[in-house]
Amino acid sequence: MASYRIVGNTGEWELVCGLEIHAQVISKSKLFSAAATEFGAEPNSQVSPVDAGMPGMLPVINKFCVEQAVKTGLGLRAEINRTSVFERKNYFYPDLPQGYQISQYLHPLVGEGTVYLDMPDGAVVPIGIERLHMEQDAGKSMHDQEPGKTYVDLNRSGVCLMEIVSKPDIRSPEQAGAYIRKLRSILRYLGTCDGNMEEGSLRCDINVSVRRTGEGFGTRCEVKNVNSVRFVMHAIEAEANRQVEILEDGGKIVQQTRLYDPKKGETRSMRTKEEAHDYRYFPDPDLLPLVVENDWVERIKANMPELPDEKKQRFMESYGLGPYDSGVLVADQETANFYEQVAKGRDPKLAANWLTGEFFGALNRTGVDLSGTPVDAAKLGELIDLISDGTISGRIAKEVFEEMWETGKSAVAIVEEKGLKQISDTGELEAIIDKIIAENPGQVAQVKEGNQKVMGWFVGQTMKATGGKANPKMVNELLRKKLTD
Amino acid sequence: MAVDKDTVAHIAKLARIRVEPEQQETLTKELSNILRWVEQLGELDTEGVEPMTSVVEMTLKMRDDQVADGNRQADVLVNAPESKHGFYVVPKVVE
Repeated sequence: MASYRIVGNTGEWELVCGLEIHAQVISKSKLFSAAATEFGAEPNSQVSPVDAGMPGMLPVINKFCVEQAVKTGLGLRAEINRTSVFERKNYFYPDLPQGYQISQYLHPLVGEGTVYLDMPDGAVVPIGIERLHMEQDAGKSMHDQEPGKTYVDLNRSGVCLMEIVSKPDIRSPEQAGAYIRKLRSILRYLGTCDGNMEEGSLRCDINVSVRRTGEGFGTRCEVKNVNSVRFVMHAIEAEANRQVEILEDGGKIVQQTRLYDPKKGETRSMRTKEEAHDYRYFPDPDLLPLVVENDWVERIKANMPELPDEKKQRFMESYGLGPYDSGVLVADQETANFYEQVAKGRDPKLAANWLTGEFFGALNRTGVDLSGTPVDAAKLGELIDLISDGTISGRIAKEVFEEMWETGKSAVAIVEEKGLKQISDTGELEAIIDKIIAENPGQVAQVKEGNQKVMGWFVGQTMKATGGKANPKMVNELLRKKLTD
Repeated sequence: MAVDKDTVAHIAKLARIRVEPEQQETLTKELSNILRWVEQLGELDTEGVEPMTSVVEMTLKMRDDQVADGNRQADVLVNAPESKHGFYVVPKVVE
C-alpha cells in the first residue's frame, strides 16, 4: 500500500498518530460498588453511596472486572503485570462526585502488546500497545435540558473501564479505522466489551502530530472523545491538515486538547486551561495493590476463545482463502461461524464468494443483521450444492437467491417451481444449437473466418433460447465442435 | 524543599479552596515546614526494600460480580441542592 502523505505547499508530511480507547467492561456490577451497570436505566437508579462519592464509603474491587481486563490483555498479546496499583487522579467536575477518579498510573495491570491490522490489500500491519489500565467511568452530563443548567446522571459513575493506549505507530486515517475495528473485534470475541460506540461503551481519544519523513516526532495535539470510526478518520485528517498549514506558515504547534466538530469537519481548541492537567496522582489509600496470581492468569488463558488472528490463519490454511477474505469473514464471530456452517462439506472458496458477495450484499441492502436473515446457513448451503452438482448455473443461482431472500423458500423448491433446472442434456442442447446454426448462415460464415465475437453471439443466442438455463460449459463445447471443427 | 506563594495559590486553586492573599504568607511557611519535616524520611537508605503498602500482611480483597445496591434514587439525591426528574441539577458546565 502506498504510504499516506499530507501534501502541503512546501512538500510532503507524514502523519503520526496514537489512539487511547476507553472500553467499558462487560460486567453485572460496577468496578468498586455493587450497583448495576445496565445501559439506559432511570437516571440515578443504579448508584450506590460509593458511586455518589459519599464520605466514609470504601471501594471493594469486582473480581470479574479484573478477570475481564486480564483476558483483554492476553488477547492483545500483552504482558500481565502481577502487581498493579490504583491511584487517585484528582480533578473537579460535576459528573465526578468523588473529586478524583480511581485509575492506574505508574503501575498498570497490563503492559506492552500488539494488535495486527488486516489491510484491504492483504498486508498485515502491527500496531504496538503501550499499556492497558483499569479505571472508573464518570457520570453523564446533559447540557441541553434547561438554559444555564447541567443535568447529571451518575448511573455510569464507577462502571469499569479499560483504557487501552496504543503506541504512536499509526500512519494513516485508514490504519486508525482498521485499528479500532480490529480492537473492537477482539473485545467482542473475548466478551469483555460490547464495542458499541453509539452507546459510548467504546470511546476514542486521538493523538496527532505531523513531521517531515524521517524526522523525529513533532508536537502533538489530542482530540477528545470522538464517537464513530468514520469521525475518527475524519478528525485525524482535519487535525493533520491544520498542523501542516500552521507549520508551513512558519508557525509552531501548541500542545493542547481539541474537540472534533463533525458538522464543520474541523477540530477546535477546548478552553480548558493547562493547569487542569495537574492531576496530582497518588496511590489510593483505600486500596491495596492488586495482585494477580500466576495460576489465575493461566486459568483465564486456558478459557480463551479462538481469536480473530488465529481464526484467520486457520481459514487461510484449511479453506485456502486469501488473507483479505479471511480477515473479512473472521472480523465478526457470528459471521465466521455462519461461514463454517456453509463451507462444511462444500467448496470453501465457492462458499466464501457467495457469503462475501451476494449474501453480504443482501444484508447491506436490506439492513438486516445475521440473526434476522431469511436465508440461514443450511439454506445457503443447499443453494451452493445445486451449483456444485450442476443442477443450476451460477447465473440462475443469483436469481434463485433473490427469490429465497424475499420468500424464505428453499432453493430446491424454487428451482422445482420455476423450472430453473440447468439443461445439461447433450441431445436437447444439440437440437437447439442446430436450429440456431441453420437459421443464421451469415454468422456461421463469420465464425469460420475466425471472428471470435460472433462465437460469443452464438452463446448468447443459445442462452436466450433456453431462458438462461443451458449449461454454459456444455454450450461452449458444443458450439466449438459444430462451428470450428 | 520549600514552596513559594505562587505554588500555594496554585495548589489552593486546584483544590478549590479559597485562600485570601493575607493567608498566603502563613500557609507558605507552614507548608514548607511540613515538607521539610517529611523530607527527613529521605535520609533513610531504602535501596532494595519493598514498598510497605499495609501494616499487616494483606492483599486486596475482592468481591464477586453481583448486583446488591442501587434503586435508591431518592436517597442518592437527598442532599443535592437542586434535582429534577431524577437528575442532579448544577450550574451549566460545558466546553
